[in-house]
Amino acid sequence: MIPVLADLLPNVNELFEYKGFFGQHQWYEFNKTAALAFVSTIICIGLFYVGSRKRAMVPGGLQNVAEIGYETVEQQIAVEVMGPENGRKWAPFLATLFFWIFFINIWSTFPFIYFPATSRIAIPIYLALQTWVIFIFVGFKHQGLGYFRNVIPSGVPGPLLILVVPIEIISKYFIRPFSLAVRLFANMTAGHVLLAIFCIMTSELVIHHNSGIWQIPLGILPFFALIAMTGFEFLVAVLQSYIFTILTAVYVNESLHAEH
Amino acid sequence: MNEFVSLAVTQADALKSGLGSVGYGLAAIGPGIGIGYLVGQSVQAMARQPEMAGNVRTTMFLGIAFAEALALIGFVLKFI
Repeated sequence: MIPVLADLLPNVNELFEYKGFFGQHQWYEFNKTAALAFVSTIICIGLFYVGSRKRAMVPGGLQNVAEIGYETVEQQIAVEVMGPENGRKWAPFLATLFFWIFFINIWSTFPFIYFPATSRIAIPIYLALQTWVIFIFVGFKHQGLGYFRNVIPSGVPGPLLILVVPIEIISKYFIRPFSLAVRLFANMTAGHVLLAIFCIMTSELVIHHNSGIWQIPLGILPFFALIAMTGFEFLVAVLQSYIFTILTAVYVNESLHAEH
Repeated sequence: MNEFVSLAVTQADALKSGLGSVGYGLAAIGPGIGIGYLVGQSVQAMARQPEMAGNVRTTMFLGIAFAEALALIGFVLKFI
């Protein structure tokens, strides 16, 4: 049973490792992951640059799209979490984060390029490290050295602090960046693997029906599952970029306001 | 005798490769219950006070992200 399945399903790493277009085995190897990250950067820069050239009072066309996008991030994420004046200051950074992750994630359901570049751990680790450094640095800038006293929550009786303070330290400074990175990475990887499995099932039943022609009508089941999972994967792509941005906003907001 | 030993070894390999999936299945119980309870409570909150629906929805997404991260760490560890 196992040797037969091993011929059918490739090693799961083959879904994610791509050979470079040039510069193989060098440090500047440029493969599909890097190409998609670059293309998403160019799309983000192009969308907001072209969208902000005409300064029409009543926006239309690309300016409208850019304004709707930016205002959604500003109102729903930045101002709602951080208040009006801090929200407006941090909205450009949060909008950049949101749109970059969004444009990288939605390649996972786009025809001919079914691959999310955030399913390689490099980009989520970089983004999580960036958020971590930013919220610690902002905490220092706003609260000085007393920033580390925030790990002691108020209203906790004395002897319980020996238990609570290590938990707070580990939770705030170690689990947060780790979970930010792993949440984005694992969601995209899981979606990609699921789509690939349903594709392989459908193609094996409908195209290479190795056990007889009666297998073709059975191929309708993984096909419907594939359609449903593609829709779900698009929802997950949008949702994960929203969640990453709003968690960054929550952590920075926590650093900006002294706890007590 | 030898073919029994090799058959046992193949069965052990198959068991080891399946243990990751069992681990993920166990890891998904907790977040399943947690997310279900969380969304239920937030639906009730939105029904009690409809003008706070936006706030409640934001906090619900935040809670879902935290609970789902644990299930996904389990999924990732299957491949490590």
